[in-house]
Amino acid sequence: MDFAFTDEQQMIRDSAETFLKATSTSAAVRAAMSTELGYDAELWQRLCGELYWQAIHIPETYGGLGLSYVEVVALFEQMGRFLLCAPYFSTVALATNALLCAGSEAQKADYLGRICAGSTATLAFTRSRDWSVEGVSADFQRRGDEVVLNGEYRYVIDGHSAEFLILAAREQGCDQPSGIRLFVVTAEQAGLERQVLPTMDQTRRQANISLNNLCVPASAELEHGDWQALEKTLQLATIALAAEQAGAMQQLLDMTVAYTQERHQFNRPIASFQAIKHKAADMMLRSEVARSAIYYAACTADTALGDGNAFGADLAEAASIAKSWCSESCFSNAAEALQMHGGVGFTWEYDVHLYFKRAKASEHLLGDSSWHRENIAAMLLD
Amino acid sequence: MKLQFNQDDEIFRREIASWLEENLSGEFAPLKFRGGPGDEHMFPEERKRWEQRLAEGGWTCVGWPKQYGGRGLTIEQQVIFYEEYARAGAPGRMGHIGDGLAGPTIIAFGSDEQKARYLPGILSGREFWCQGYSEPGAGSDLANVKTKARFDEAAGKWLISGQKVWTSLAHESDYCFVIARTDPDSQAHKGLGFFLVKMDQPGITVRPIEQITGTSEFNEVFFDDAECGAEDIVGAPGDGWKVAMGLLGYERGVSTLGQQMAFQNEFDEVVALARDNGAAKQPAIRQRIAQAHIGLKLMRYNSMRMLSGDKGDGSLQREALIYKLYWATWHRELGELAMDILGPEADILAAPPYELNRLQSLFLFTRSDTIYGGTNEIQRNIIAERGLGMPREKRW
Repeated sequence: MDFAFTDEQQMIRDSAETFLKATSTSAAVRAAMSTELGYDAELWQRLCGELYWQAIHIPETYGGLGLSYVEVVALFEQMGRFLLCAPYFSTVALATNALLCAGSEAQKADYLGRICAGSTATLAFTRSRDWSVEGVSADFQRRGDEVVLNGEYRYVIDGHSAEFLILAAREQGCDQPSGIRLFVVTAEQAGLERQVLPTMDQTRRQANISLNNLCVPASAELEHGDWQALEKTLQLATIALAAEQAGAMQQLLDMTVAYTQERHQFNRPIASFQAIKHKAADMMLRSEVARSAIYYAACTADTALGDGNAFGADLAEAASIAKSWCSESCFSNAAEALQMHGGVGFTWEYDVHLYFKRAKASEHLLGDSSWHRENIAAMLLD
Repeated sequence: MKLQFNQDDEIFRREIASWLEENLSGEFAPLKFRGGPGDEHMFPEERKRWEQRLAEGGWTCVGWPKQYGGRGLTIEQQVIFYEEYARAGAPGRMGHIGDGLAGPTIIAFGSDEQKARYLPGILSGREFWCQGYSEPGAGSDLANVKTKARFDEAAGKWLISGQKVWTSLAHESDYCFVIARTDPDSQAHKGLGFFLVKMDQPGITVRPIEQITGTSEFNEVFFDDAECGAEDIVGAPGDGWKVAMGLLGYERGVSTLGQQMAFQNEFDEVVALARDNGAAKQPAIRQRIAQAHIGLKLMRYNSMRMLSGDKGDGSLQREALIYKLYWATWHRELGELAMDILGPEADILAAPPYELNRLQSLFLFTRSDTIYGGTNEIQRNIIAERGLGMPREKRW
């Protein structure tokens, strides 16, 4: 047992920190979030071309770096910390994981190869607040060598800009999870409409996607794309999202401690008041525990990805533990950060509101704390 | 980063597990799951004999270096030892203050003579220790110790006078380590000494404190010219604070994982109860049970991180700073949850006049968790000051 980064993992984490600190600055985030695309295409090209982060856990066979989920989580932590605006979560946490869990060898070689080359992708599966496989909100019918899909998805991360999409749909007339299949389709085609949704958190884009008799070849169906593959994909993505939250929590703490040291009232730094110190201490507690949660989940995810048969309860539990802790904790840290910044925390100029809004949005994506707690309760009690 | 224990460690796990299963039988069978926090006053004689049984198997002081008679286990194996110990329901350790605190301090700061004199009794499970830190006027402000030690030149001994309080198991102990003021004109953490004091002597009176549980495991200890040999001060007069603080690192050591396994046993009881009485169907209770489960898992992951980053020198890392605040708060909430699952039955005692069941005892006793060993408020000061570099509290 060794629950610490290896030297290599530490190096990847440190280089991500250095790179993002320099590139995902407040000005860069604000510039990206005011564009319709929602990110800086040039920066994305650098992430892909120079750093090859999009290929971090894609096996070497398919052209990736073949690193573990611990490295994945280390990157997401830094991205959350610096509020990176990029189609990274959608492409890596959603689409890549879906392909890894569900693709045939040929499908993986094809689509993971495209991701390695810098293509963006995402996953669409629900339109409601049900983040389980039960929430799948489209259906399909087989017609000869073709499959016809209909339905509507909401909350599709980067759905407006992704170059290809993984779609979850249920076979018409089948209410059981066993009717669920995954398909991979290119975004620009007849029968598939996408509409970007204006969001309170402007650092991450979401879209509506409508399927109206979308006709795709039977080969679009992912060979192992059943409900279990979807569930596993969602759990892996949940861990990545929790890692972003953990990174944001640390940044909120650092920003707040720095601000309270500078800000003087009553002739003393406000950091010297116990009312402030105790809030900061609680922020640090939440932040450190969050880190334990995501690293543990990362190790579990790595085991699950490495062994096709052994991803049952462990991954589900680790993902729900991480997301339930990080969701509430990240929002608490954001709320306390805003409070401790006082009036300036309420301004557009200071960055606190960017984290505050991201915290609330991420809290709900892929299930909020109570949703994940109920998952755990069901494991323990039912 | 990897979570799995290696094969040697798993073999070790089976070794300790089967030893415990074999030995927690016969006269020791009734001690299972007894003597933990809130129950420490129970079966003292039997639990002392159990310590000797442990010693015969070589299972006391497992983390001490071999040169001092310990087992010299790796961190991983210590973790496994404490986990299996708690999993088996082996009784609360009568020897834990000697094993976990007094011994390591003597090893780190004591003279060769002190090591030769005191370590064997701890190792053999025959001599028991208690801790003389807190005083009526020195609780959160631990450095405000008023107990005095003056050296009697004629007798060649230290004479200690004053009062200690909240001393666990003082009435069952052979020795007490005491911080007392060697320089009467000194203040705060300066001018203190660290003494190894024999309990059985005319100068010491132990008086039990009746707690909110109606039971007594904490005591007041009165020192009235209690004698302590010239050779029984650890370090020099004036070093007491340094020695005492050196101990704090050990208190947050690997035994935390054993504590968690004991928490797991309590949590399992709470879950079983909720299933039995139907509370497990209520959404709000389900949420709280899940939260408790999550909290306990995360406590374990925190410890694993803490231990993996442990430099072995007792120094505290960031994740270690939060540990006390985290577990104490978690445990206290578990007590509340247990009562809320019991509902109105929570108020009904097992027997008159005041016999509490285990969960009632948990509920009441856990109120002390967030007070002793540094209150939650003091913990937050420490986190803010040492972990975050925020300004220190002003001394009035």
